[in-house]
Amino acid sequence: MSATAIAKSSAPLRVDALVKRFGELTALDGITLEVHGGECLGLLGPNGAGKSTLIRSIAGRVIPDAGTISVFGAQADSMSARTALGWVPQELALYPRLTCRENLQSFGRYHGLGGVPLDQAIARCLGWATLTDRAGELVKNFSGGMKRRLNMAAGLIHQPKLALMDEPTVGVDPQSRNHIFEMIETLRGEGMSIIYTTHYMEEAERLCDRIAIVDHGKIIALGTRADLIRNAFGSRSQVLARFAGEQDRIADWVAQRGGQVIDGSAQFTIEHPTEIGGLLEASEKAGFDLLDVSLRKPNLESVFLRLTGRELRD
Amino acid sequence: MISAIVRTAMISLRRDRGALLLSFILPVVFFSIFAVIFGGQHDTTPKVKVLVVDEDHSRISQRLVEGLEREGSLDVKTGPEPVKGAEQPEYTAPAAEAAVKAGTAPVALIIPHGFGANPIIFGPAGANRPTIQLLEDSSDVIAPQMIVGLLQKVAMTSIPDWMAEQGSRYLDQFAGGLTREQHDRLDESFRYLRERQESGAAAPDSGNDGIIAVTARAVVGENKNNPMVSFYAAAIGVMFLLFTASGAAGALLDEVESGTLDRVLSSRVTMTTLLLGKLTYNSLLAFSQLVVMFLWGWAVFKLDFWSHIPGFVVMGVCTAFAVATFGLLLASVCRTRAQLGSLSTLVILVMSSIGGSMFPRFLMPQAMQKAGLLTINAWAIDGFTKVFWRDEPVLHLWPQVLVLMGITIVLFAIARRLARRWEYT
Repeated sequence: MSATAIAKSSAPLRVDALVKRFGELTALDGITLEVHGGECLGLLGPNGAGKSTLIRSIAGRVIPDAGTISVFGAQADSMSARTALGWVPQELALYPRLTCRENLQSFGRYHGLGGVPLDQAIARCLGWATLTDRAGELVKNFSGGMKRRLNMAAGLIHQPKLALMDEPTVGVDPQSRNHIFEMIETLRGEGMSIIYTTHYMEEAERLCDRIAIVDHGKIIALGTRADLIRNAFGSRSQVLARFAGEQDRIADWVAQRGGQVIDGSAQFTIEHPTEIGGLLEASEKAGFDLLDVSLRKPNLESVFLRLTGRELRD
Repeated sequence: MISAIVRTAMISLRRDRGALLLSFILPVVFFSIFAVIFGGQHDTTPKVKVLVVDEDHSRISQRLVEGLEREGSLDVKTGPEPVKGAEQPEYTAPAAEAAVKAGTAPVALIIPHGFGANPIIFGPAGANRPTIQLLEDSSDVIAPQMIVGLLQKVAMTSIPDWMAEQGSRYLDQFAGGLTREQHDRLDESFRYLRERQESGAAAPDSGNDGIIAVTARAVVGENKNNPMVSFYAAAIGVMFLLFTASGAAGALLDEVESGTLDRVLSSRVTMTTLLLGKLTYNSLLAFSQLVVMFLWGWAVFKLDFWSHIPGFVVMGVCTAFAVATFGLLLASVCRTRAQLGSLSTLVILVMSSIGGSMFPRFLMPQAMQKAGLLTINAWAIDGFTKVFWRDEPVLHLWPQVLVLMGITIVLFAIARRLARRWEYT
């Protein structure tokens, strides 16, 4: 079956009860998910959560111990799946002594392209990554942001139906990051299905239709940003307050009130803003001097914290 | 402060197995190899192989052959090795010459008809005096001179009675009666001896050196401009090919480290295709190196390159494939570039020393010569020597082609098996 035919007949990606162990470590612990056509699914989790292992399993580079992966109905690592998938690895997997164009030529040929289609694909990728003017330069002389963009172009030169992007903005400056966001938004506009791993909440919020929060090899929550926040907090808000005083006593008092101290800041979840007054009154009675207080709507980081008790970047 | 620097360096060395290997194991290995070759390990002292053809079949010639056979430093062969247990007929002069040309031995001695009747020379060279023919492979500059010297020694020790008898005949001939004519002949002989003494020892091929007349003739390499250039072009070439091949194969480890290999294997490229691609590239690189080296030999050292193109291509291709797969195997065994650097240095230098890249294998003890056959170097050098030195036809290269291509297939299969660890996590 051709990649196009497969694409029409099946979901871009189905992962069912996937398990992968490395010795004592269970990197993937029964992960199940599905990517819909044209959707960008974010995998959000801290380093070591299992995001890259999941991506590498889908790309056919890791053999799972249990579970199944189907890419447009084909088994991962089959030639059909390889054709339908485009993998942008976290590493800068490029040939540094080749020029930008020569890199694209090589990876295009590895994907079976040649002749005019290859030339057209290279021109398209150079334009997409805004590297047309630098096509003849050696990659080893590129800036980090340019290498990242070329890394993406090399993974997608064969116009796959499903893109696997493993933290494509690692180590780049804010300007280059925005540039990469624009590239991904272009792909989304073209209807490409994408899995995007990150440990940056803002990236997931900006780019992804749905987000899977991954921790210790498990998906602990999956849905749209609004779903995740609603499920974790309902209509509640967060109060952040800082107090002067003995920190151990403050931590005990915060815990008694159902809150947590994170980075020296006491965090409480409240149903209604009017509850702030009661909290401040209680703190005063306990003998703590209030330094500052703020009210905020929960975000994905709050969700992660609530679900795991840890910060996203721990 | 200094002790802290020393301590840090020692800890680093202890944890760098490659550096440890190069620091302690490699010198010991090399020392052992050189000690075996040159250190006089008595049970493996190299013997010079010499083919002897006795056309005279006289008592004198037989005793001379027996005397040569008793020499500890000679391995005398009067006929080919038995085939399937069946004794082979003794060498004839043409058969011995062919055997020297084929590289069976560096020297052959032909004892001519009539030698026994007049074994010792005295006085000026005479046209009718039978002389022993020494057929030599001029790539071995040591063996022929050694044989000539030993021949004189054996003559002194194995046929002393004949020497005495003939000496008295000479005395009778030259001194008895002391007629005017005898005076003249003695004077002539003395003049001859004086001239020889004043002019130094004659060359071995002058036909009149020592007690026994010997005429030396090169049957291999007699028309070569520069006898050892082809040998060293192949010997040094193969050694550096091995280094280049392991370095080129190391690109695979770079790709593993950078993640490029993962990306390539996630495309339509399989591991077998990838390794075949690397093998093809590394082989082309190795072949190009050989071309450059031999062209340099032709341009600078007058190596006869252009008349040996078919043999060069056959040997070049086989050698290139063998060294390229060897490089792939080393890379697939190692986990890092540093490991590859250490291992390849150790293995290639050892292979090159016992395989004849550093000094000719014919100078080595028999056991070492046989051990050399386990190396790519030995087979490649033998093949190139057949082509450029012995002018043998391409068809005669079949043993080298068979072995080198066999090595290629076996090493590739092992490398492919080891590369499975890169295929999947």
